[in-house]
Amino acid sequence: MKRGFPILAIVTALLLSFALYEALIVAPTEQTMGNVQRIFYYHVPSAWTAFLLFAINFVASILYLIKRSEKADILALVSAEVGVVFCTVVLITGPIWARPVWGIWWTWDLRLTLTLVLWLIYVSYLLLRRFSTGGKTPVIAAVVAIFGALDVPLVYFSIWFFRTQHPSPVIGGGGSLDPRMAHVLLINWAAFLCLAWLLCWTRYELEVAERRVEESHAMESLMEGSQ
Amino acid sequence: MSFFAITRATLTKDIRLEWRSKDAINAMLFFALLVVVIFSFAFDPTAEESRRIAGGLIWVAFLFAAVVALNQTWARELRNQVLDAYRVSPAPANPLFLAKAFGNFIFVSVLEALMAPLFIAFYKLRALGPGWQLVPIALLGTWALVVNGTFFAAISLRTRSREIMLPLLLFPFSIPALLGMVNATTAVLTGEQSAKFWVALLLAYDVVFTTACLLFFELVLEAE
Repeated sequence: MKRGFPILAIVTALLLSFALYEALIVAPTEQTMGNVQRIFYYHVPSAWTAFLLFAINFVASILYLIKRSEKADILALVSAEVGVVFCTVVLITGPIWARPVWGIWWTWDLRLTLTLVLWLIYVSYLLLRRFSTGGKTPVIAAVVAIFGALDVPLVYFSIWFFRTQHPSPVIGGGGSLDPRMAHVLLINWAAFLCLAWLLCWTRYELEVAERRVEESHAMESLMEGSQ
Repeated sequence: MSFFAITRATLTKDIRLEWRSKDAINAMLFFALLVVVIFSFAFDPTAEESRRIAGGLIWVAFLFAAVVALNQTWARELRNQVLDAYRVSPAPANPLFLAKAFGNFIFVSVLEALMAPLFIAFYKLRALGPGWQLVPIALLGTWALVVNGTFFAAISLRTRSREIMLPLLLFPFSIPALLGMVNATTAVLTGEQSAKFWVALLLAYDVVFTTACLLFFELVLEAE
């Protein structure tokens, strides 16, 4: 298990460099947008990775409530943390691309708003974990994570209707993707998935170590108290 | 004691406490009044403009004011370890939750009924759509706020600085409900579109989260 870590780290580094080369040099320049479009290779894989991590958070939270295993709780915590990081990348790269292409930094379009609300929900989840005291944190965090997942379809429908009522200035999506671009996109996603895995793994081990330290501190003060 | 008897006992106790102290309702009323006055100063809208923005203003004011009542829901029970006593008693958890949610629902509804005339006067409101629809919208919207608010207030009991934690949890999760209330109200006030979709959304939100709260409340109450 421990030996796999440096291997994964090296693979991630290689894949990320290769993906960078592919995205900046190999991928064809987009006809109308020009080079700005290349941010797409970071934006989209980050979004997919973030959504995947939030889904893992949901599954791990349910697992925790059923099995009460500490592993599931730590998995829920780290997937939410790393998910928020990738979601932040999405929310930052999006406007950087939108400004030259759409002429605006932000619009209340369905996908943008949904991503922002997801980010808000998971930040509040992490805040709850940070502020929470005592040994009940995993239970209430798992419950809140499930509430968050229940909220997502409602958010989706509310924004969908909100937007179809007030058409936005942006015509998003549609059209087909050049197969060479799709190829680069998938390489980048693979690299980002490895990076996410690496980050989660590091954070997981760190969290386990932190909890052990806390436990031993608690034991020490108990021993001192009993003497 | 039956489910219904526990709910009724807790609810009447809370209403009697509130009737005698009037802590929550006074604070909420004055807070909502301040929000109304400040918004009215800040925007100084014409009758036409206020029809478009009033839905948002009203619900933001009620949401902020409701947090005052929601924060008191469980804090009151901590003082004399009432909540611990409840936990060790054989009574099930859900009637307690329902009583607290109904209590908050009544407090916030009273607040809305008292504040509505002020809103109408300050913002020169007159509904161009079917005005009676505002009643079911208000009922569904208030329940959407208080059911999750009561639940998250119980969760934030377990945190440091719980008074801050409640809005930090409640606001992001309430975004679809808020969109529903605000847009339904605006639709009725301007009379431009039908509020049907938004009422359906509020109803779905209420059903989903009332079920979820009842499923998970025991877990949160007993979490030790």
